[in-house]
Amino acid sequence: MRTDKLIKNATLIALGTVWMVIAGAPFYFMALTGFKERFELFSGKGVFAMPENPTWLNFEDVLTGGSFFNYLKNSVLIVAVSVALILIISLMASYVFARIRFRLNRPLFILIIAGLVIPLHVTLIPVYLFTRNIGLYDSLWALLGPYVAFNLPISIFILTEFMRSIPREMEEAAFIDGAGPIRSFLRIILPLASPGVATLAIYNAVVLWNEFVFAFVLITSTDQLTLPLAIWEYQGQYSMNIPAIMSVLTLSALPLILVYIVGQERVLKGMMVGALK
Amino acid sequence: MATVARQDFARSTPNRRLRPTETTWTIILFLLPTLVLLGVFVIWPIVSSFQLSLYDWDGLSPTREFIGLENWTRLRSDNIFWKAFRNNFTLVTLSLAIQMPLGVGLAVLLEQGEKLFIFKIFKTVYFFPMLMSSVAIGILFKYVYDPVFGIINPALEAAGLSSWTRSWLGDTDVALFSVIAVVCWQYTPFYMILYLAALRGIPTDLRDAAFIDGAGESRYYWSIALPQIQGTIRTAIVLSLIGSLKYFDLIWVMTEGGPSNASELMATYMYKKAFPSFDMGYGSTIASAMFIIVMLLSLVLMVLTRRFETEV
Repeated sequence: MRTDKLIKNATLIALGTVWMVIAGAPFYFMALTGFKERFELFSGKGVFAMPENPTWLNFEDVLTGGSFFNYLKNSVLIVAVSVALILIISLMASYVFARIRFRLNRPLFILIIAGLVIPLHVTLIPVYLFTRNIGLYDSLWALLGPYVAFNLPISIFILTEFMRSIPREMEEAAFIDGAGPIRSFLRIILPLASPGVATLAIYNAVVLWNEFVFAFVLITSTDQLTLPLAIWEYQGQYSMNIPAIMSVLTLSALPLILVYIVGQERVLKGMMVGALK
Repeated sequence: MATVARQDFARSTPNRRLRPTETTWTIILFLLPTLVLLGVFVIWPIVSSFQLSLYDWDGLSPTREFIGLENWTRLRSDNIFWKAFRNNFTLVTLSLAIQMPLGVGLAVLLEQGEKLFIFKIFKTVYFFPMLMSSVAIGILFKYVYDPVFGIINPALEAAGLSSWTRSWLGDTDVALFSVIAVVCWQYTPFYMILYLAALRGIPTDLRDAAFIDGAGESRYYWSIALPQIQGTIRTAIVLSLIGSLKYFDLIWVMTEGGPSNASELMATYMYKKAFPSFDMGYGSTIASAMFIIVMLLSLVLMVLTRRFETEV
């Protein structure tokens, strides 16, 4: 019995290690190469060989030389404002869908949910032309409209489901006390919905933090770039300096990985919310 | 607190008659931002895309020429578009065939190893690929696949398989598959966590009952767990299908659809036509075709899953 268990655990660990290597090797390669000197890769030693003279130089160059912090600031700014707007707007809409009966409730809800499957590429050209026409092209704020609009359907869907699961007793009591729908929303639903809102905030933040297509089409000036777009630019700039590129990738991945390690369960829950409905 | 509530009560009682209007106003006010944003950034652009598909326009000149359905006939005989369409379906099929079983397998592995400390580390690292942006992953794998400085070829050589080494992204025969491998690497953890949550959601008495009846672990997973999580599997398949049709970032960063359209997808082809080549009319036609394909597929899936649900 004990040897059985030993064999089973050994098998599990062996299998686990195989996927650990597949999932982890690229990250190891990325972090390790970032510490190498520029021409070390050309020396013919293996790519997994330890750096000969481990150096912080690549990281220093990225952090001080370019505008890494500016990109970081742009990303944080647009993500924070977008997520705040998404939450406020979808809370309002979800409240109507979850609690108020009217003839158009169901049709409108279905129309919005249909937005879940729409490929954003069909809107790319018109949104680009529209952004140019209103003079927002090539500004960080050009992203705000598409970022908020495209994440509303999923957010409204999730929050409506969440609100429907909140018992109605308190609102009924408030109604008898003469509270109208707006007061019910502010005093009762908002506080009770906060766990759902937190999960949704994480989901939207991760999605937008990594967004590329809209940023790629709507922004060109270097001072307006978000982090994913900036990585793409760096790659053009340093194309032959692999250690420098790897240090940029490491630095750009680090914020989310750190947040994930600190609050693993919450981040996981947030990221899965779109699938778990 | 109590006084506030009483004041509220006192203040609002005389207004009771007005409540229906307050409700109407709430509906209008609360839905307005959503409807305006979706109207401007989603619904109107879709209409506009179909409209633009009837024109020949570079996106810059003040005049655009109405050419009727010419763009659509061009699309019908455009070999590159149909190649991209086929590539999209290869991506869909392989994504499903690789990610779903692998996701279930890893979820079972994590559930089995739950009590071992090292699995905490495994689980944490397994999810890392989902945390990086597709752009970063694309760039990283461009170097992983690099024939000289990457890690795949040296690893193959070390294993004595030098004949397998090749230019993974530069070879028209393998470029698409190299890219799909990265897509699977990136998304498998997502399905893994999804299935793990589903496995943990299975009532423990089902498991206990199975073991009392003499079922082993593998019998439990095959005969009890798998049927129990089939709802989740269905959701995952729908998500994966629809997601694969919209795929863009990673392919754009790694190959830009090349070499010679070998890894072209509908989205990359649409982007190429509309932006670098300034053919907004034809770009809109491809975008509209993509929209039709995705919507049709979604409808089919909806009908299929519904029928499936009533049968099972």
